[in-house]
Formats: sequence, C-alpha cells, structure tokens
Amino acid sequence: MSLAAVLRRLATAAVTLFGVAVVVFVLLRVAPGDPIAMMIGPGASEADIAALRARYGLDQGLVTQFFIWLQGLIAGDLGTSISLRSDVLGLLGQRLPATLELAGAALVVALLVGGTIAILGTLARRSPGEAVVDGANGLLLAVPDFIWALAFVLVFAVFIPVFPLTGRMDPTIDMDFATRFFLLESLVRAEFAVFGNIVSHMTMPVLALALPLAAIVARVLKGALIEAMGQDYVLLARLKGKSELRLVLQEALRNALPATLALTGVQFTFLVGGTVIIERIFAYPGIGNMAIDAVINRDLPLIQGIVLAFGAMFIAINLAVDLAVAALNPRLRHG
Amino acid sequence: MPTVTRRQTLAMGAGAFVAAVLAGRVPVQAQTDTLTIAFNVNLPSFDPTVGTSAVNPTIQAIYRSIFDQYVGQKPDLSFEPGLLTDWGWNDDRTQVWMDVREGVTWHDGTPFTPADVVWSLERAAKPETGNPIQFVWSKIGNFQVDGNRITADVLSFEPTLFKWMAFLTGYVLPKDYYERVGAEGFEAAPIGTGPYMVDAYEGNSFLRLKANADYWGGKPAFETVIFKFVTDATSRVAEIESGSSDITLEVPYEEYDRLVAKDGLDGVATPISDIGMIFIRNTEPMLDENVRLAAHHAIDKQAIVDRLLRGYGVPISTLEAPEYDAFDPSIEVAHDPEKAAELLAQSGYGPDNPVRFTIQTTRGFKPKDYEMIQAIVGMWRRIGIEAEIEVYEIAKHFELRAGHALAPAAFYNWGNAIGDPTTSTGFAMFGPSPHSSWKTDDVDAMIGPLWGEADEEKRIQGWKDVSRYVAEKGYVIPVLQYVQPIVFKDTLNVTPNVSGALEPTLVERAS
Repeated sequence: MSLAAVLRRLATAAVTLFGVAVVVFVLLRVAPGDPIAMMIGPGASEADIAALRARYGLDQGLVTQFFIWLQGLIAGDLGTSISLRSDVLGLLGQRLPATLELAGAALVVALLVGGTIAILGTLARRSPGEAVVDGANGLLLAVPDFIWALAFVLVFAVFIPVFPLTGRMDPTIDMDFATRFFLLESLVRAEFAVFGNIVSHMTMPVLALALPLAAIVARVLKGALIEAMGQDYVLLARLKGKSELRLVLQEALRNALPATLALTGVQFTFLVGGTVIIERIFAYPGIGNMAIDAVINRDLPLIQGIVLAFGAMFIAINLAVDLAVAALNPRLRHG
Repeated sequence: MPTVTRRQTLAMGAGAFVAAVLAGRVPVQAQTDTLTIAFNVNLPSFDPTVGTSAVNPTIQAIYRSIFDQYVGQKPDLSFEPGLLTDWGWNDDRTQVWMDVREGVTWHDGTPFTPADVVWSLERAAKPETGNPIQFVWSKIGNFQVDGNRITADVLSFEPTLFKWMAFLTGYVLPKDYYERVGAEGFEAAPIGTGPYMVDAYEGNSFLRLKANADYWGGKPAFETVIFKFVTDATSRVAEIESGSSDITLEVPYEEYDRLVAKDGLDGVATPISDIGMIFIRNTEPMLDENVRLAAHHAIDKQAIVDRLLRGYGVPISTLEAPEYDAFDPSIEVAHDPEKAAELLAQSGYGPDNPVRFTIQTTRGFKPKDYEMIQAIVGMWRRIGIEAEIEVYEIAKHFELRAGHALAPAAFYNWGNAIGDPTTSTGFAMFGPSPHSSWKTDDVDAMIGPLWGEADEEKRIQGWKDVSRYVAEKGYVIPVLQYVQPIVFKDTLNVTPNVSGALEPTLVERAS
C-alpha cells in the first residue's frame, strides 16, 4: 500500500471518527436516563437540580453542548467524567493499556490455536481425524465468549483452582510501573514473578476471548490451506519429497495467510467488543469494565470518550490488517 | 562453544514462560493478617462528600474505613461518639454545640483539629461543591471555636442534623491537606482519620488498605484489608468458594444457602435498612382509592418472601422498617384478596372488567425484582387488575421519578440508614421532594410541619400518623424489607450491620 493510500485511509478514518462522535453524542442525548436525576439528594429543590444541571453543562441546548464538546475534542479535552470526577482522557490512558494487552494476548492465542487446528485439519483431510478436528472446531465456534468465561470460572477457579479469578494481578504485589502496560513492562524489566502473576490472571479472560476467534481463524485458514495444497507449486514441492507438514508450513501457509488475516482483522474488532463483558466477569480493570459503570451511571462524557476510543481502535485495527495483507500479497503491494 | 538450535531456543523460551506463569499463579502468601473482601460495587471516587458515590449506601463501608464521621453509628443504627464526642442543641434550638475529639491524627501524622470540622461543614454547605446533602449542611453556619468546642448558629432548624452526621456525606476531611493538594491530589492520595489508610488502588479492580496503628479507636484487627471490586455476582460466589476472598456479600439467596452449608464457610443473613416498595403515582386509575387499596390487599407478601426469596425478607406495611424510629407495628395492611375484590367491585371492576395500568420494574437490580412483580401481577389478575409490566433501567427510573413521570405503579428500593422517618416516609411521600411519586396536598399538609418539629416525641408520633394515613389511603405499597446475605470463611466472625455497610471493623478472627 502506497503512502498516498495510507494517507487517504487516515483521512477517511478521521471522517469516520467524526461521524461516530456525532452519532454517539446524539444517541446518548435521546437515550433514556438522566445523569443529574441519579445524583440529586433527597431534599433537593428545583433550584438545586437546575444548579447541578448547569454545573455539568447539561442546561445548554443540544447543539451548544455538541459544539462545546467538539471544541474540547479538537483541543484534546474529552471532558470530565461525572461519576469518576476525573479527566476522561486520563482515564482512557489508565484503562486502555489493560484492554489492549488483554485483546492483544487473546489475538495471539487465537492465531496460535486457530492456526494449529487449521494445520491439523489440513494434515488430517479426507481421514477420520478431519471430522474430529472439525467437530472440536465447531464446538469452539458455537460457544460464545461469555459462556467460555463462566465455564472457566467454574472449572479453573472453583473445582480445580488453578488460576486466579479476578483482577489484573495480585493486589498484594508492590511494583512501581512506569507505564500502564503492566504485562509488557514486567517482561521488559525482567520481573518474571510479576509477569507470571499477570499472565496467570489473564489466562481465563484471554482464553474466553480467544477461543471463538480461534475457531473462525481455523475454519478460514483450513479452507485456504486445502485450496493451496491443490496448487501446482505444492505438487511440485511434494514431488521433491517434502513431508506433508513441510508442504503446509513452507509452501501453502504463506499464500493462505492474506485471506485469513483480512477476516481475522474484522473478527478482532468483535473480540475487542467482547472485552466489555469479559472484563466485567473477571473484574479486569480495562475500559470495557469502566464502560459498563459509565452506562449504569449515565456518565455521558465518559461514554462518549470510551466509544471514541473503541472507534479509533477499530479503525486502527482495520488499517493495520490492510497494511499486513498488502505486505503479504505482492499484487496488492504493487498496486 | 556449544551451539543452541532454534528449536532448543524455542523450547527454553516456552519453558521459562510456563515456569513464570506457574510461579505467578500461586497466591503470594496466605496471610492471616489480611482480610480480602469480594465487594459488590466499584469505588468511583475517594471524596465521600460529592458525586454519585457519596449517596451510595454500600460504598459507605469503604469510606467509613478511611474516614471518620462526625457522629459514629453502631451496627444496630444507634449513634455513638465519632470525631465529635458530644453534641447537642441549646434550649431554644437556635444554636448547636459540638465537642471535638482530642488526640486524633490524620493519616499523614498531622493533628486533627476543630478547624477541620468547621471547614468540612462549611464546604459541605456550599452549593458549588456539589454535596448532594447540602440541604442539611446549609442549615447551620457562623461557626465559633473555643478550645475543642464548636458552636454554630441554626439558620433553619433541622431535627435530623446530627443523625445525618453519621450518614451520607457526614465525613470530616483534612482542611490543610485538601487545600494544599486540591481535589485531584486528594483523589490520587486521600487521607482521613479512619481505622485504615489507603495503600494502593486500581479502579474497577481493587483497593488495598493498611491498618492505622495510631487509630483513636484502637488498632484494627487486620494489618491489610483488600476490597476486590467484583460486581458480577457469579464471580463473587466463585471468589468465596475458591477461597480467593475471605468474605463476600449480596450473592443470590440460592447460592447463600448452598455456600453456608459447605465446610469452611459460614454466613449471616439479616434484615437491613433497605426496602422494596411500589411507588403509586397520582394519576388514573390510581386516583381511585378502591383501586389503590385493592392492589395492596391483593398482595401476599409472605408468599413472595417464602417462595421467591427463600424466606430472606420481612413483609412490611409502611415505609418504616422495624429498626426505624417511627416504626409502628399496629399499622398493618393485611393480605385479604376477598376485601381487595370487594373494593374493586365498588368501583365497577372485576375479573371480567379489569382495571388496567402499567407497572414498571427493574430486572436484576435487586434480588428477584422482576420475578416479584410477575408474582404480584399474577395476584392482581385474580381479583380484576390487569397490569402490564414494563422493565426499565435504574437510570430511567431516576429520570422518570425526578420528572414525576413514573407509571401508575413502579417498583423500586429505598434505603434509610439513619432510621429517621424523614429519610423514608418523608422524602418518598412529600410532594415537593424530587423523589416522591404521590403528590397531593393532604399528605403534604401532614408532613410539612414535621420537617421543623422541635419536640422529638411529637415529631416521631407525627410521622407514625403520616404512615397510618398513607396506609389507609393506599398512597404507596411497601412490599418487604431486604435481607443482606454475607458469606465468609468460618475462621472469621462478622457482625451484621443494619445499614448494609460491610465494614472491615465489623469483622474479626474467630477465637
């Protein structure tokens, strides 16, 4: 993909984000639930309620509110959270890394598990083993992430307590992190005990998020691999005496990857969306968990900020996938 | 020099990864001086005097651990000295006096003084600070300090002033520290005079507190207290069942019964200052007294408690629970379906010609809320009331209630941790209150004079009279008093708190 094409995509992304901002702003204002009604005291008078409304800028007209918010947005100010009483941008900066680490780890696991299943299925094609692999994959695909989460809670936290259930790491750990990317930072700083503790806390939520995506990766990749295995260049390699495993890994996989990556990119956005409920179940302190509280409290500035952050993430993911697909596919790379 | 193949490198890397994970998954140490609580709500803000968290009764368990209140409150809702050792009114109720505890220090070691009390009260009274209970704090002013005694003028007589000092937003904050670090600095590093000090905090995840060894009330029982914010009830059950937490609360009653039957776990389930009620709005068809009273008499509250809540609940007839000051056991609206049918018949309604209205309810906000309303609608149907259930979110309830736009009937819960009738019957039934749904002059005329009644005995009797009148007129349908289930390891003793606040200071090791 050329630089001009990338710039075009970025410009489109900016327009899309603006559209998201407008839609979210309007939807939140017409949706039921008034944040002020949730915080008025028992003896509040009409004047008290009006003062509270003015304090949060909700006494202005819808258009005025929007332009005030837009002005702030352009200046990098997403406003102040009504419930958390903190700068929204700062809150996103605190929570987003946790969600990115969770989603990123889930993506890696999904690719590894899905890739393994696809390769096993390809190797076992036209044998009874293929049905077993396909059946297992069908199971992964049929069960949604939150059901996996509840099953893991039951099995790995209650019956066989192998993994810690909630949080991002043990609350007794004392470590001054320079960043909010605790997993990466503990690894880089060779704090392996902390790293291991974080990984063990992430294991169940990561698996719950990863398994449904792994099944999709497996299905698409297996189809692409089987198609590639019938191509002439693979036949030629087979005639040279390469084993089936080497044929899959060294010959077919590269050509099967672009289609899989493109679909994985789309599906990854669903995975990121799934972090909302998964973070809640595992009391994981990412923006998904914060989003639910924001919605319950009708914290309009925070909801707007979170939706924008999700929107930006989705756009970035799709752009990254397009770049990766272009890098893997010479025909796209050279226009 | 030995060479390492790529495969060996990968194998070593994988081995190291697995070793790290295995090392990390083992609990750091089973510490007997640590109390871990799987808590049911998140802590949005450390300032206990502003915002939505300030009026959340559950969160007071955390605030009361870090801060002290002007007046303390025992688990049975009775009051005791807090940072004020004594308090009262002058004879003609034109002044209040407060004696401030001596020898108390803030968590940063600086001394606590009467100036902190005055500053906290003045700050709470300013509308611009956003204190939701400002209407109470603004009723005194012109503070004078003489030694450890503070006096203030009564600007408007508020009989519940000192009771509020033990409840929502009634906390003393550090004047000098707050002015030095500001609101943001205080959120980042809050200090109080309470039994525990903030040690570490991760929003939506946990709060770690350490014991305040210099606490004026004696050193707390646990060196460390960890609140894990586990808002999902299933996860809280798993936390206590797996042993990851020592204590949890607000689990489904079915799970409570199952958990307390297990070896190593114990539990308490006692009524708290929170009731389930059906708001009635003064709109058709509820303007018909027969319809309102029929709706009330038709409900078999005991059956709801027994069958839906496994016995965990107390049927009530007024908005005053038995622990409240104005509870009157002689006021009873009995389950009487025959009488209900007769009342409806007097207005021309019956099973063949039912009266119709909408009833709103939350679903999953309180235990079995939707199921209770389903059961009630079934009871109503038998006598000639066809109610359509509309499920709404809690935010919608608040919006509709503040706009006097609830459905003719709307289910909600109502807390009152100071036990005073103003906070239950008062704000729920007084027309000008933004929280009432029935707004008529007859009730307001009865309630109005009670707000400033200086004779306590007369005041409480007045509220009992209001409760009786409201019950006779059917202006509200109180359903039940909630029971709070708490599950804990059997190595602990827990004193249940009627206010519902699970305070670490009410937990101790079993001897």
